[in-house]
Amino acid sequence: MLAVGAALIVLPWVAGAFGDAWIRALCFVTLYVMLALGLNIVVGFAGLLDLGYIAFYAVGAYTYALLASPHLTEHFPALAHAFPSGLHVSIWVALPIGASLAAAFGILLGAPVLKLRGDYLAIVTLGFGEIIRIFLNNLNAPLNFTNGPSGLTLIDPVRVGHFDLAHPGAVLGVRPSSLVLYYYLLVAMAMLAVLVCVRLQHSRLGRAWMAIREDEIAARAMGINVRNVKLLAFSLGATFGGVAGGLFAAFQGFVSPESFSLNESIVVLSMIVLGGLGHVPGVVLGAVMLAMLPEALRHTAVPIQLAVFGRVLIDAEVLRMLLYGLATVGIMLYRPRGLWPSPEPGWRPAFDSAPAAAEAVSRNG
Amino acid sequence: MAECVLRARSVNKRFGGLQALSGVEIQIDEGQIYGLIGPNGAGKTTFFNVLTGLVTPDSGTFELCGHPYWPTDAHRVAKSGIARTFQNIRLFPDMTALENVMVGRHVRTHANALDAVLRTRRARTEEAAIRRSAQELIDDIGIGRYAGHLARTLPYGDQRRLEIARALATEPRLLALDEPAAGMNATEKIALRELLGRIRERGITILLIEHDVKLVMGLCDCVTVLDYGKVIAMGTPAKVQCDPEVIEAYLGRAHTAAAPRQDAA
Repeated sequence: MLAVGAALIVLPWVAGAFGDAWIRALCFVTLYVMLALGLNIVVGFAGLLDLGYIAFYAVGAYTYALLASPHLTEHFPALAHAFPSGLHVSIWVALPIGASLAAAFGILLGAPVLKLRGDYLAIVTLGFGEIIRIFLNNLNAPLNFTNGPSGLTLIDPVRVGHFDLAHPGAVLGVRPSSLVLYYYLLVAMAMLAVLVCVRLQHSRLGRAWMAIREDEIAARAMGINVRNVKLLAFSLGATFGGVAGGLFAAFQGFVSPESFSLNESIVVLSMIVLGGLGHVPGVVLGAVMLAMLPEALRHTAVPIQLAVFGRVLIDAEVLRMLLYGLATVGIMLYRPRGLWPSPEPGWRPAFDSAPAAAEAVSRNG
Repeated sequence: MAECVLRARSVNKRFGGLQALSGVEIQIDEGQIYGLIGPNGAGKTTFFNVLTGLVTPDSGTFELCGHPYWPTDAHRVAKSGIARTFQNIRLFPDMTALENVMVGRHVRTHANALDAVLRTRRARTEEAAIRRSAQELIDDIGIGRYAGHLARTLPYGDQRRLEIARALATEPRLLALDEPAAGMNATEKIALRELLGRIRERGITILLIEHDVKLVMGLCDCVTVLDYGKVIAMGTPAKVQCDPEVIEAYLGRAHTAAAPRQDAA
């Protein structure tokens, strides 16, 4: 525990030695960790396949972006009149708003799909994700809410009191870069997310989610209100997405709809599936690995190829998709329950499924 | 006169062209082991599903411990005091045996998401109580040694027992068992019989669907026989056994040359 903590504290200074891009990459890794943990509540704990999860990230990001950029006051004179110096809502106010809004969207998505499972659920959630993205893309006319495909810029950075994370002065004689400070903030939030996830998992609610995942009818017969518990999964999962989105907008200073494509939903889903569905450490591992992979390739693919072949044969981006595909196939073949699945307690019988064998016995007897 | 736990009156259920239940009446007194028998397709499981809210009846009235009861929502049924098991075992296969029983405590506990995240005193004491009572139950039912094993890895007979333990965890007044002895061998059946006797001693009334005639006759205080969705006989096992209509339902009429109806007795 202490070792991990120490490593996390030292990491940005080590990574920083190789360039700021690496610290930046680490920040994105923590955002993905939060996203993966949130999606894991829906898919891993409650067993509801959600292919539109990135929509909640978008809701959180745009909520903060709208509240903390000059966009709204520029396009709505009435608002400019009310707030002459701009909205500039603090992130500590905007994050809960964004999270609640994301949770509301989670319920909005959850309510109509309560009776759906598996493939059907996947299709509807996929559609939902696309709807949000297309809305963001097109809500620039007749009234310009989202500035369409060009996105929102000049988003305020995170401020703690009067301390501005984007322009930090000297702290106790040290001059940490803005990136390092963001890294610490994001890591702290990600750790909080891990704590919340673990506590939820080992609670009455967590068991109810797993019961629904395992057998919905039996869960109902045990007195679990399947509707409420599913909606809770959707909304709590969405909350994680909303918080991560707000932080993303503040960190990046810019949001546009293209950050919230279907591809992103799939990447987050791959993280939890490859890492170990339903197992928090596995999910974190999956997120770290898959989020680091493109960064690592971006910085190594070209130099290595230049060194080995003398010229660049495969573009880093192409190589990334290639490795994604290979990793997915490889893990599904050799570790179908993920890289770090939840440990299996107890013994395993010689045959694969006890009920199936028992059925055979009862048929013969 | 013992208190009446469950009274069902003129329960009807139609699936398309099939009248699955027509005018079924049942009265179960407290402390009884009540048998519901009948040939395959007689409507026994349908009655169970109606009783536990998985299927909505077309008409009928229910009374549970003297109060009117209308099983609309499966999740409310457990709260009202009816717990059930399933004909084809429905455990939570990838959860441990102990966790399965702990899920049964859900309906009698209250910690919400916020309690869980903040780990409030309520959540902690409740969680400890859930764990303790689940462990007690699982020990009591005789499968304590499997507490930490995944439910799907348990031997078949013990899976059935685990399902009963999970149902008991909801603190039911009425325990509804759908063919608990199906697929069990002779030893397991004896153990089951002893278990049901012990559950009765705890003051829990049992409604039992069973094909094993020996088990039903030896265990039940009262039996109702269904055929084609209708009650054709009711009374003590000895009386029902001699009822000509029951014999006919199971074996066919004495003078017909046609093959007797298939039954899994």
